[in-house]
Amino acid sequence: MGFEKFGRKSFTAMTKTAKFVDLLEEGKVEGTVCKDCGAKFFPPRADCSKCFSKNMDWFEMSKKGKLETFTTAYYAPFGFEGDPPYTMGVVDFGDGLKLFARMAKDLRPEDVKVGMDVTIRPLKYNDGQLSFEISKA
Amino acid sequence: MKKEVAVIGVGQSSFVRGYEGSIRELAFEAFREAMQDAGVTQKEIDASIFCSAPEYDKQRSPAGVLAEYLGLIPQPTLYVETVCSSSSTGVKVAYSMIKSGLHDVVVVLGFQKMSEITSAESQERMGRGADIQWEAPFGTMMPAYYALYAQAYMAKHGLTHDDLMNVRIKSSTYGVINERAVYRKSIKPADFKEGDPEAKMAGPVAWPLRVGDCCANADGSSCIILANAEKAKTLSKKPVWIMGIGAASEAVNMAARPDFTRGLSVGYAAAAQAYKMAGITAKDVKVAEVHDCFTIAEIMAYEGLGFAPMGEGKQLIRDKATYKDGKIPVNVDGGLLSKGHPIGATGGSQIRTIILQLRGEAGPMQVAGESSIGLVHNIGGVGLYGNVTIFGR
Repeated sequence: MGFEKFGRKSFTAMTKTAKFVDLLEEGKVEGTVCKDCGAKFFPPRADCSKCFSKNMDWFEMSKKGKLETFTTAYYAPFGFEGDPPYTMGVVDFGDGLKLFARMAKDLRPEDVKVGMDVTIRPLKYNDGQLSFEISKA
Repeated sequence: MKKEVAVIGVGQSSFVRGYEGSIRELAFEAFREAMQDAGVTQKEIDASIFCSAPEYDKQRSPAGVLAEYLGLIPQPTLYVETVCSSSSTGVKVAYSMIKSGLHDVVVVLGFQKMSEITSAESQERMGRGADIQWEAPFGTMMPAYYALYAQAYMAKHGLTHDDLMNVRIKSSTYGVINERAVYRKSIKPADFKEGDPEAKMAGPVAWPLRVGDCCANADGSSCIILANAEKAKTLSKKPVWIMGIGAASEAVNMAARPDFTRGLSVGYAAAAQAYKMAGITAKDVKVAEVHDCFTIAEIMAYEGLGFAPMGEGKQLIRDKATYKDGKIPVNVDGGLLSKGHPIGATGGSQIRTIILQLRGEAGPMQVAGESSIGLVHNIGGVGLYGNVTIFGR
């Protein structure tokens, strides 16, 4: 339990990686790392696909990345109608890990460029939902 | 050319908004046409495969229900799903069932009645064909995913909004003459004029993609009948043979995608397999159907299939090389953009178009000259699945 608190609206209640949400509450955006072979994953996984281990630990994601691509949504799916426009993007940290998230509201769409330096930070919505967002470095 | 498994019959319903009937009646429309095309009765059919994207229909496990309505019981039937590429995956499964010797003649029926739910609900369900645990909570939808590819691709390769518009204009050229298409209106550059409230194609959906860059939801069905060599030769005067099949999958999460400037990896992988199996190269393809769910997807498909080098797909549309009388005609039936995209029916509809082209029966859409080899490129989700199928006469 606990994962229903993730994001603007969660579609998943139970996952072995639900601790991700508790870490967001503590102000941390973390992925998982395999204790046996060292493979790192984001989004987090409970099982290592490289060596089949289930001994996973948490590690904090890098704060420095480049925006690989982005889009601004002017329409939203069912359940998100009040949100548009909002911008979502992919961050490449250059260490083999990438991340997908919404971009911070204070970033104007016209200031967002492919390749710009960005960082990530946790985000708490007014209704108590917990997420993370991409912001300007 | 190896002559092992052939298409002996094809059919398609009209693609429409708000089909006035149930899914079994919708399925029957394509089935009737394919059976009459093949000139066979249910006695000749050994098995059936039904293909759709789930959650649009209230009916669970539709295969048995539809098989009964089509008169295909007690033969075995099953359901195959890879979202938007479901029915080309169904054809791959049918090919395997025939090649194994288990069955001689198999029906592949793709269908979708999208209008059972609202457009907003449909967007949410389509979005749930992506990563519901880690991405849907941000409010993702299909246009936004393809827009991520478009943004990176345009920034690197100099593809412009005019190029995307010209893909849409090409589709509409053929949508106008395809009486089975859902969108039959002509589209002009003025329809994309930014800031003009009359310009119905210009509004942003998921920037950089606009209304006109997105395909139309539709209700529809398609039917492909496949047979082994012996049955094909006795039952059919005009068999078209499967020369090559390629299929691939890719990580669902955008965070695991290798390179957004390179297009969909499944397109490249499936094409390489299909060309190898067929023993041909891109140059041998005379007519193609590609998965243009969005305008950017058609440009990326040109490159994945080897019709243009990486980053140069734009040149094909600038030169009008993919028009009916161009070097490599693509989507001259209106494509997903104008013909429409009833998810589970789409792959079979693309295959039908290529079969008709190879038989010289495509009417006003017929490509000139002798088209001996045709190709179908059908993608599921945001490049989650990809199928490339090559046909020859």
